[in-house]
Amino acid sequence: MFTPKVAALTAVIALASAGAFAEGPNLGKPVSSGDIASWDISIMPDGTGLPPGSGTPAQGARIYAERCAACHGEKGEGRPPAYSRLVGGGPISSVNAAEKTIANFYPYATTVFDFIRRAMPWAQPRSLTNDEVYSVVAYIFAENKLIGESDVMNAQTLPKVHMPNRNGFVARFPERM
Amino acid sequence: MQRPPRSQSQRELDKVEAAAGNGLLDRRAFLRGGAAMAVAVTGYATAKSAAAETLKDESWSLEPGGVSQPYEKRSRFEEKVNRTLSNPNGEPRTQHARTPHQLLNGTITPNGLHFTINHGGLPDIDPDKHRLVIHGLVKQPLVFTLDSLSRYPMVSRMTFVECGGNSAPMFSPQPIQASVQAIHGLASCAEWTGVRVSTLLDETGIDPKAKWVIAEGADSPLLSRSFPLSKGLDDAMVALYQNGERLMPGNGYPMRLLLPGWEGNMNVKFLRRLKLVDQPAMSMYESRTYAQLLPDGKAYQFYFLQEVKSFITHPSLGMAMQGPGLYEISGVAYSGNGRIARVMVSADGGKTWAQAALQEPVLSKSFTRFRAPWRWDGGPAVLQSRAWDEAGNVQPTRAEFVARRGETKAVPNVLAFPNQHFNSITSWAIDGKGEVKHVYA
Repeated sequence: MFTPKVAALTAVIALASAGAFAEGPNLGKPVSSGDIASWDISIMPDGTGLPPGSGTPAQGARIYAERCAACHGEKGEGRPPAYSRLVGGGPISSVNAAEKTIANFYPYATTVFDFIRRAMPWAQPRSLTNDEVYSVVAYIFAENKLIGESDVMNAQTLPKVHMPNRNGFVARFPERM
Repeated sequence: MQRPPRSQSQRELDKVEAAAGNGLLDRRAFLRGGAAMAVAVTGYATAKSAAAETLKDESWSLEPGGVSQPYEKRSRFEEKVNRTLSNPNGEPRTQHARTPHQLLNGTITPNGLHFTINHGGLPDIDPDKHRLVIHGLVKQPLVFTLDSLSRYPMVSRMTFVECGGNSAPMFSPQPIQASVQAIHGLASCAEWTGVRVSTLLDETGIDPKAKWVIAEGADSPLLSRSFPLSKGLDDAMVALYQNGERLMPGNGYPMRLLLPGWEGNMNVKFLRRLKLVDQPAMSMYESRTYAQLLPDGKAYQFYFLQEVKSFITHPSLGMAMQGPGLYEISGVAYSGNGRIARVMVSADGGKTWAQAALQEPVLSKSFTRFRAPWRWDGGPAVLQSRAWDEAGNVQPTRAEFVARRGETKAVPNVLAFPNQHFNSITSWAIDGKGEVKHVYA
């Protein structure tokens, strides 16, 4: 049996160690935004985070032919399911994800820029300059008739591109967000 | 043909009451029947034991065996127990490796057999050079090494991880004749150990404007997903260990995000960055890939939750019954909502149901093994399992599910992902020859 005195002492020790745990070992090293910059590539749907630079569909056509067409096809027709279709795609007629395209599904233009910049080309990710990414995105958007043939894509114009399926979504569990 | 005389144990078995139609017995029958039941249970795929056999020593009993290895390999007789690979030559596309549920038992998936999906191959990460940075809407951005994280207070928990596209072959309008591994192999369960995300956020501090967290991996596509900060402060973990050892490369070595009960893709592997933000980033995986098309043309967004599911692993397609007799039906059940509350099993395609025994401990957001004794009379049967979770959610029938979510027009490739978050009942039909087929019932 514990005496009341021992029990009280145990409680004090327990509190003390809980306090030490809540503090944590403090081993995280402070880091400046400058030191994070090369990793901080997140882009928000409103365009926050888009880098400087710009590109046109004509510039993008050349880069697309060199860096993208081998997998995604000469005209962006793709080879689904592994190499997605980048151009075209009619109205979605079934629940099959194979029908999803940039033209008929993506709600935000920024997503296309973000994914190409972080992940493409598959074998040499992040080998395109920001100007080249803007150009390729401009080419893909123009081929999809989402922008005009000579529209320039940059941090100001890209987030304003109207994506036809922008309002095609419902949150599954809104209470979790 | 004259039947052999019934043994004492068989006569005892005959007294065990039926719990549902077509031979399902009370789940406690194995306990009550004791030795008689144990003797009578028939295997699915192994040869029938010979009636009388003269026992003798084999060669391995007559000489000392081999040398212990620093990291033990399984018996050479088990080398066929493997994951199935969607892209074995590493072509420039995603690689999937599926867990062989039909060859495993219990609730823990061995590390070498845990499912993996990798969108940019397996990175060969030097743990000493790997960094995790936490920044954005925090009071003090911080960077952590694996060594420093290893000194934080840790937690361990069992949890399943399931790809949002697991079970997708069941969107087919016709049942695809594929194994439980092919249909449900993108779910596995392990004990994960690591540091709570909330512990690390205590140290960075949180700006009150923060509502979401962007997680990013160090793999070649820098895979990126957004999750609500509330999940980060609930049970999210930066996992460093898988079943007691460091993470497997395919599961995110040296560290991964673990969001228990949520879509596999969100459990970002090779985790290198957590950025607190005020809105989701709408990354490709959340705004395109993991947004599920609905029959009305709209699509779900931010599904997150892996809902209550169960499937029978024994017997399942590819196994052969070994003649009439007593069998144990067994499978796994799990829910991203918490614990499994109940599993019912049917042998007559859902007309009647018997309660299955749940293997303790029944843990939240983990595989729960269920078992039910079944006397197969050698005739046609359709086996189903149906799970309930502690939140009261019930696994739908396939008909109920596709009425809400739809199905594809044509039969898709078994490796394709026409849609996601499929959690209906799976049905295995057994014919008079003891062969198992996948059916919709």
